[in-house]
Amino acid sequence: MAYQLTINGQTHEVDVDGDMPLLWVVRDHLNFTGSKFGCGVAQCGACTMQIDGVAQRTCALTIANAVGKNITTIEGLQSPQALALQAAWVELQVPQCGYCQSGQIMSATALLEKNASPTDADIEAAMSGNICRCGTYSRIKAGIHMAAAQVKNAGGAA
Amino acid sequence: MNLQRLFGSKAGKDSNSGNLSRRSFLKITAGGTAGLVLGVNLTGSAAVAQSAAQSAAEGAMEFNAFVSITPDNTVKVLIKHLEMGQGVYTGLATCIADEMDADWAQVVCEHAPANTEKYANLLMGQQGTGGSTAIANSFTQMRQAGAAAKSMLVSAAAAQWGVPASEIKVSQGVVSHGSHSATFGELAVAAAQQPAPDVNSLTLKDPSEFTLIGRENTLRKDTGKHNGTAIYTQDVQLPGMLTAVVAHAPRFGGKVKSLDATQALARRGVEKVFQIDTGVVVVASDYWTALKGRGLLQIEWDDTAAETRSSGRILEQFRELVDTDGLVAESEGNAANVLSQSSDVEELVFEFPYLAHAQMEPLNCVAQVNGNSAEMWYGCQSATGDQAAIAQLLGTGIENVKINTVFAGGGFGRRANPMSDYVLESVRIAQQMPGTPVKLVWSREDDMKGGYYRPAYVHKLAASLDSNGKPSAIHIRVAGQSIMEGTPLAAMMMVNGIDTTSVEGLTGMTYDIPERQVELHSPVVGVPVQWWRSVGHTHTAFSKEVFIDVLARKAGADPVQYRLDLLKNNPRETAVLKLAAEKAGWGTKELPAGWGRGVAVHTSFGSTVAEIVDVSVTGKTFKVERVVAAIDCGIAVNPNVVRAQVEGAIAYGLSAALADEVTLTDGNVDQTNFHTYRVLRMDAMPEVETHIIASTNAPSGVGEPGTPPIAPAVANALAAITGQTLTRLPLKLA
Repeated sequence: MAYQLTINGQTHEVDVDGDMPLLWVVRDHLNFTGSKFGCGVAQCGACTMQIDGVAQRTCALTIANAVGKNITTIEGLQSPQALALQAAWVELQVPQCGYCQSGQIMSATALLEKNASPTDADIEAAMSGNICRCGTYSRIKAGIHMAAAQVKNAGGAA
Repeated sequence: MNLQRLFGSKAGKDSNSGNLSRRSFLKITAGGTAGLVLGVNLTGSAAVAQSAAQSAAEGAMEFNAFVSITPDNTVKVLIKHLEMGQGVYTGLATCIADEMDADWAQVVCEHAPANTEKYANLLMGQQGTGGSTAIANSFTQMRQAGAAAKSMLVSAAAAQWGVPASEIKVSQGVVSHGSHSATFGELAVAAAQQPAPDVNSLTLKDPSEFTLIGRENTLRKDTGKHNGTAIYTQDVQLPGMLTAVVAHAPRFGGKVKSLDATQALARRGVEKVFQIDTGVVVVASDYWTALKGRGLLQIEWDDTAAETRSSGRILEQFRELVDTDGLVAESEGNAANVLSQSSDVEELVFEFPYLAHAQMEPLNCVAQVNGNSAEMWYGCQSATGDQAAIAQLLGTGIENVKINTVFAGGGFGRRANPMSDYVLESVRIAQQMPGTPVKLVWSREDDMKGGYYRPAYVHKLAASLDSNGKPSAIHIRVAGQSIMEGTPLAAMMMVNGIDTTSVEGLTGMTYDIPERQVELHSPVVGVPVQWWRSVGHTHTAFSKEVFIDVLARKAGADPVQYRLDLLKNNPRETAVLKLAAEKAGWGTKELPAGWGRGVAVHTSFGSTVAEIVDVSVTGKTFKVERVVAAIDCGIAVNPNVVRAQVEGAIAYGLSAALADEVTLTDGNVDQTNFHTYRVLRMDAMPEVETHIIASTNAPSGVGEPGTPPIAPAVANALAAITGQTLTRLPLKLA
């Protein structure tokens, strides 16, 4: 059946079965391919998007349950926290294969948007649902600290 | 995989000699293209002309097989290896840009097409990525490609300005002489028409003249990974493309007995269901629909030829085998004799499980077949082998197989399948859908249960000790499947029935032990196996380094000093071990109560890595807190990428040390996804500090050598604090 979704502030209409996970609607039907498929069972975090500001695994969230929500994908990130994280990822050369990194940045963005000064323990708690087989964890952690500091400095200057 | 062996040490040596002509002809003997003679060309050939025509469409002027320049001043570099996270875009481009004196910001990279003649790995003799050889094989070649392009730019400027070429300077992408100055882009058209220089006439920079090689500020070129724009196989979208999933037999070697696809075909969006030799294919409009369709198939499997044993039974067989004589892989002196006469013998049996690669991007491949030609889009790791295998399947020539390589979401060995398994599966599917591009997608469960694992092994090590507690003889037996047997690589990689990759690291042992014997049993098991980041060293470094630690403790010696005493003839391992020990504060930096410190050192893929690990222990649980690593990899082309690879290699090996394990129950793989195959997550990642030995030697491997030492270093740290010698991976305290 036809569903209306609000993704990155735009309305999209798709005609798919109601049990199709949001990830596959976004990837295969709307051609936003930044969000990745890694496990299909909400275990690896590669598919993470923000649903009404909360980081969620969209490989296990049906389209029927995403209707009426504000969906943000990696392509639609705009918050100062997200932009600071992306800049830190480049500066610290975080990604290796990069396949998990959209999901890492989505989880990190959700963390920084509600916790401006996360501790290592806060970061581990927020990020341990995101697997990286290249082992970039230390750089991800450093990137989150760097972005947090950058956002705070920018806020102080404004 | 130690692919240097493919052509022996001579080829390895030549690759760094800077003399292209000496290795101008390598013969392909693998991948079904026996007899094709390769030339290492920087310029010339019909293939260049074809590629030049394509580049001309973008306004790019082609200087040689690797470098083109567009009038807008972009230096485009073709990368002959697969970028799967190890940094080849950055590393190869750095070598080119340094010799060109290009501005790093003007350099962009693309994957080269499949073209063995132009893009062979000079250590493999075929186009392929692996064995940590990307920089090692191409360091000189890439620099020559850059120097050749620069020489043409200078010649063009000299002609335009009427000045001697020898007086022209090039720096950061600008060519200048007195009041004259031009960018690469401004000179591109004229320079591309200059005759290509003889590569042997080019003088490459002395390391003291490097501007990019060895520097910290060269940002990676595999961009778009922070904002979702980087394209992987999974992201390839083509007009009219369909998605396929395959129902594989639950047991390895199982076949379809009966199929009822009625319900699947009734599902909206399912286009076609058919059988191929690897299972039952469901083709649909998208992945989810294909997956749902697959769930509706009624399949009865025939397990007559399937592997139905449990992994416990398989390992039991291996344990029995190490008590019997095996094929002799290496023998120095008469170790068995010395051992039998010694009153002081130490013996340990080690056990290693099957391991899945579990790269983040599950296997996938896009294929379009038209008649007897194919076009492919995927993270292609073995271009020559895959291209030949596809051509053979289609009954056509390799010129009819076009491969477009995109980023791979990790590999760790899995994508370089000697049988081109998933690639041929995708072509077989596309053959049934003529003219339609089809994306084959393996689910995570397909990937994890799909085999081609790091083999399970059992080792038995026995040493006799002299009056000083030093080993006078060592006798080693290894039992486990060969990863080469039955593949096109067996002819090259197996010597007298010995798969050298099964024992590498135990053979050629660096410790000075006078009498040594290494024996091998390679039983046939129906579980498909393959190389896994650092290949044989994944297990051999563990038994070697844990065993040496046991001997050190038995002798009452310090584990670092005990090793140094046995490494007197190996200055390289000595230097790396000393550096790691110094940086870690071995013997000087005190540990908190309940912590232990352990060490391991190992050489693989031409590089030596030592790792010193601090663990904290609470009851039966432990956490790896800190790892200090030292590496000698020759010239570090990009130190930041080297550190990243060591960090990643440690994380990958640590995952296996802590938890990774594939088990089988009656032939069925027990692990299906990340809830049962529990890989390393951020909360278990230690602090990692990497120190690089300053070197002017030719670059050696970086992607793999960091993995072997981590598991034994952790086991040795645990032994130091708990007194328990752990001989089985993954590590579990009693």
